[in-house]
Amino acid sequence: MPRIAGVDVPARKRGEVALTAIYGIGRSRAREILARMDLDVDTRPEDWTDDQTRKIRRLIEDHYLVEGQLRTETQLNIKRLMDIGCYRGLRHRRNLPVRGQRTQTNARTRKGRKKTVAGKKKAPRK
Amino acid sequence: MARSLKKGPYVHQKLQRKVDTLNLTDKKRVIKTWSRASMITPDFVGHTFAVHNGRQFIPVYVTENMVGHRLGEFSPTRNYRGHSGKKKDRRGR
Repeated sequence: MPRIAGVDVPARKRGEVALTAIYGIGRSRAREILARMDLDVDTRPEDWTDDQTRKIRRLIEDHYLVEGQLRTETQLNIKRLMDIGCYRGLRHRRNLPVRGQRTQTNARTRKGRKKTVAGKKKAPRK
Repeated sequence: MARSLKKGPYVHQKLQRKVDTLNLTDKKRVIKTWSRASMITPDFVGHTFAVHNGRQFIPVYVTENMVGHRLGEFSPTRNYRGHSGKKKDRRGR
């Protein structure tokens, strides 16, 4: 398994898919990278020459923001929103959906597992 | 969808005029405004705006970080205090 950007890239998967193991690289970037290397999207990391692997590593390091650095940046962006006290920041602080979704129902991704409240009446059936 | 770049950021005209006079005279005063949709431009930095939220004016001191946001984003229109009988979970604002 070749190591790229501090992550083990699965050697036996198709190149296009294997690269998505890196945080910050999805299918389209993976394709972009392979295209720049003149590699087919189907070639697997195990079939890359050492030189090619090295070049891919360099390419990613130089041109893409991935893994830790990308995570830090995202966190900083969120922190900025929270610090200036804008609406989106307030929603982040409370772990509620930020983009205007409904919260009466759903929104479980942000709110976490259901917390059942005793005595809460069910909505009347029509 | 984002606003056309050709038009530039939206700032209520009267509000812009008030900011300009303050910048020219180098004075600091609270600017009362209802224009929540106005974008904060760099010349707003350092001023305090009293932004209406439908009921009151919320004082907003504009810092550099806020440029590009809209005034209304800093003046919440809803005030959720939590459900009755729920004890903990009282953070944020």
